[in-house]
Amino acid sequence: MIEAVAFYLFATLVIAAGALTVLVRNPVHSVLWLIVAFFNAAGLMVLVGAEFIAMLLVIVYVGAIAVLFLFVVMMLDIDFAALRAGFVRYLPLGALLALVLAAEMVFAIAAWTAGGIDLGARIAPTPAAKPNIEAVGALLYTHYLFVFEAAGLVLLVALIGAVVLTQRKRGGGRPQNAAKQIARRPEDAVRNIDAPVGEGIEL
Amino acid sequence: MTEWFQGVFGFGLGWFLATLSLILLIALPLMLAVAMIIYADRKIWAAMALRRGPNVVGPWGLLQSFADGLKVFLQETIIPSAANRGLFLIAPIITFTVALVAWAVIPFADGWVLADINVGLLYILAVSSLGVYGVIISGWASNSKYPFYSALRASAQMISYEVSIGFVLISVVLWAGTFNLSGIVLAQQGLYGFLNGFGFNPLLFPMAVVFLISSMAETARTPFDLTEAESELVAGYQTEYSSMSFALFWLGEYANVLLMCGLNAILFWGGWLPPVDWAPLYLVPGIIWFFIKIFVFFFIFSWVKATVPRYRYDQLMRLGWKIFLPISLLWVFLVSGFLMLTRYGGVL
Repeated sequence: MIEAVAFYLFATLVIAAGALTVLVRNPVHSVLWLIVAFFNAAGLMVLVGAEFIAMLLVIVYVGAIAVLFLFVVMMLDIDFAALRAGFVRYLPLGALLALVLAAEMVFAIAAWTAGGIDLGARIAPTPAAKPNIEAVGALLYTHYLFVFEAAGLVLLVALIGAVVLTQRKRGGGRPQNAAKQIARRPEDAVRNIDAPVGEGIEL
Repeated sequence: MTEWFQGVFGFGLGWFLATLSLILLIALPLMLAVAMIIYADRKIWAAMALRRGPNVVGPWGLLQSFADGLKVFLQETIIPSAANRGLFLIAPIITFTVALVAWAVIPFADGWVLADINVGLLYILAVSSLGVYGVIISGWASNSKYPFYSALRASAQMISYEVSIGFVLISVVLWAGTFNLSGIVLAQQGLYGFLNGFGFNPLLFPMAVVFLISSMAETARTPFDLTEAESELVAGYQTEYSSMSFALFWLGEYANVLLMCGLNAILFWGGWLPPVDWAPLYLVPGIIWFFIKIFVFFFIFSWVKATVPRYRYDQLMRLGWKIFLPISLLWVFLVSGFLMLTRYGGVL
């Protein structure tokens, strides 16, 4: 019984928070609702016995990605009137997207009722005593090793691409050299001079 | 305890009541510990600055924190008119709640843990990454420039140091072979036959140092308290807060510091185990050893706060990204390579 209550609680909150993410006017509130949705999705993951994925969802999406979203959105100077002006122009595209998604959902539900895929059994590791992490690790580093490494390579390319795009030559920069600064002693920079009266000193 | 409650009240209700009382059993002493540790903190700084510290309220000033608590409780909560009211009030609650929630998986002694889950360490990482939201939201909702600067600094700082903390945790997990915090503590028993603690292992000791420094940065303690640098940002994200909303930040911050001290003890110095694997030392209850270790780490935190000047922001970022990240990444390679050679039977 408690599982059903928990499921409907998390599921309702995911849907409600997702809807509010789209509907709320203030973009910062919108990101915060998105975080609530992530959280409840993590709760759903715990319910199907995928506690590792649940924790990863919180660490990666809530802890890192949503923070960066929030970071960017908070610094934006958003003109709400300009945002609303585009509504009619994007309406056909939005309607089309909604139609496609609805059609996909109908297909998915139809396929589900037709039977065949037992999702719940696939998510949970087969021997119940085996921790999630071991099950995922054993599969990821043996069966799917090359796919996994290819995914890593794609991320690496994206990383290098971002660095190349943002790094441009700027003249006149004086980057800090910490080792040089630490190696500098008072003797290198300071001279004690007994200046003769009326003559001054050469620098 | 759960069995006793279930015997009296039936299965479901008994479980509920047992969990509730265990939560209270952790949270209430924790609040008391936070009050006393604030007092200890102030006494340690005072001793290092050759001052007396709090010595008026109660014997030796022991009740100072409670007097402060009563004072903020009686003050008026001021909400700036330009602030985003809802978020402004939620932010300190988030900080405080997150600081308490993480204690659910901390083992105080053998088997003394509220939730003995097998992703305990990941749970800690997840919860500690939430701590930044209290700061960001308070900075933005205050609608004032210094809190906002502070929020931006805090988010960049916490994300930076979480990366190296993640790698440090991976080397510990590789060695222990589990994410369960009790399992990690038990894996440290009997190093070289007589020591308890990964920190005594020369391969893991550098990681213990990196983790100690990163945990100071993660809790934004001096020398990494750029988020509330009073000479630049008034009081950082707490500038617009008063009364209980300020006190919640304060309590949450110290609960987080205690949590980080506890994590240092659990991950590297044997948690509830005595430092030396010698039978008479086991007569002392595990919880006493754990508290002693927490206090030793708290003393180090306090010592550093009293003596080390604040970092500049670019130095902070340099330390996180250019020094700690490469070192901890290299150590993940070293540790996994060493384990592959010794524990898992050579190459392939």
